[in-house]
Amino acid sequence: MNIPANLKYTKDHEWLRVEGDIAYVGITDFAQRELGDIVFVEIETVGDSLDKETVFGTVEAVKTVSDLFMPVSGEVMEVNSAIGSNPELVNTDPYGKGWMIKVKLTNTADLAGLLSSDDYQKLVH
Amino acid sequence: MKNTALTEKHIALGAKMVPFAGYNMPVQYEGVKAEHDCVRNAVGVFDVSHMGEFKLKGAKALDLIQSVTSNDASKMVNGQAQYSCLPNNEGGIVDDLLVYKVNDQEYYLVVNASNIEKDWNWISKHNTFGVEMTNQSEATSLLAVQGPKAAAALQSLTDVNLADMKYYTFTVGTFAGVPNVVISATGYTGAGGFELYFDNEHANHIWDAIFKAGAAYGIKPIGLAARDTLRLEMGFCLYGNDINDTTSPIEAGLGWITKFTKEFTNSANLKAQKEAGVKRKLVAFELVDKGIPRHDYEIVDAGGKKIGIVTSGTMSPSMNIAIGLGYVPTEFSAPGSEIFIAVRDKALKAKVVTLPFYKK
Repeated sequence: MNIPANLKYTKDHEWLRVEGDIAYVGITDFAQRELGDIVFVEIETVGDSLDKETVFGTVEAVKTVSDLFMPVSGEVMEVNSAIGSNPELVNTDPYGKGWMIKVKLTNTADLAGLLSSDDYQKLVH
Repeated sequence: MKNTALTEKHIALGAKMVPFAGYNMPVQYEGVKAEHDCVRNAVGVFDVSHMGEFKLKGAKALDLIQSVTSNDASKMVNGQAQYSCLPNNEGGIVDDLLVYKVNDQEYYLVVNASNIEKDWNWISKHNTFGVEMTNQSEATSLLAVQGPKAAAALQSLTDVNLADMKYYTFTVGTFAGVPNVVISATGYTGAGGFELYFDNEHANHIWDAIFKAGAAYGIKPIGLAARDTLRLEMGFCLYGNDINDTTSPIEAGLGWITKFTKEFTNSANLKAQKEAGVKRKLVAFELVDKGIPRHDYEIVDAGGKKIGIVTSGTMSPSMNIAIGLGYVPTEFSAPGSEIFIAVRDKALKAKVVTLPFYKK
């Protein structure tokens, strides 16, 4: 199981890469394995300011559909257009080319509530 | 929860196991798309030992079968299999099944795992013919070896000429040194191949022999998830999804296995229904808009009014388009008709198409 140490995590199996008041968000290696082959990612919240834990999109695998939750409050600045045409990037490179959204944080204090890689490791084992 | 004779094999292979019809079953090994493609292009093996097998024996075995099933079993020759269903008295379907004719006095019925007890009770209740019935489900293993390379992959294991077997025929022969294996040219994938029935005690030996013989053909174990996408690409009905106790075989497009050449459960009503025309039909559709239909999503018209329900849906791994089956009013059932699928807060455009979705 790949759990990079430089990222933050949530109990909903999402990761964040924080750069100042900007964060890139995706789903973890554990999540993509649980979902199986991902065939469609639908995110239509670009430009929206969303509260922490609200739904920003959905990810559809062959057999299941799962909501995607905001790990922090913020504005959805950008969606990774590459996963629109190649949703399998979420399976093959969940922490890299399979990132999902870029968020402008509205409350950096939200970061304190996220899990470290060690905490997340414990959650999925 | 029950195990099949091969559960430990699946776990050792790293399968993701799920409860299904009371059994602990492999839903996927490597991944549904890779497994699906393996069956379409080469050959794969499904453990479907959860399925139910009944043996019917006696001078009036055919009479019992004719009275409870919708298809005409009198047309079968020895060594033939037939797809059929068990209608109920309320216009619905107790189960769909395969009928195998061994000879005039001996038949096998193969039923869905989730319906074994229901079917057994139903057929027993109608057995006024003195037919000797045996439920062999728990003692029988069933492997489906499916794909265009199935015959080549298995040929070294038997003297039966596999490539010459016609679809929906079977023979009882020696396979991998095991006598009395039912070798049936049937399946639920549209990819061609065989289904092998044998006693549980031989399961591990036969599994290993198949993988050894098939290695050169790229044989892989395949889970229930790919079984579902494969059958849906062909438009084969799944009991519990597309057909159930409330759907009529005529509505479900199973008129071709509902033969009014004889009397059977509810046949007079079904005949009247066929002649008068049904109000709703099971249709196949492809999504025009982007999204994926799922079981139980609503089907709506252009105005957003609910007109039906999705019974099966998926992204087709072979064609990479979203496909589904669902019931709609007959006026929406012609190929080309525009319908909409309610997916979350949107109505996605779809069009009715003819089956199969996947054409070789």
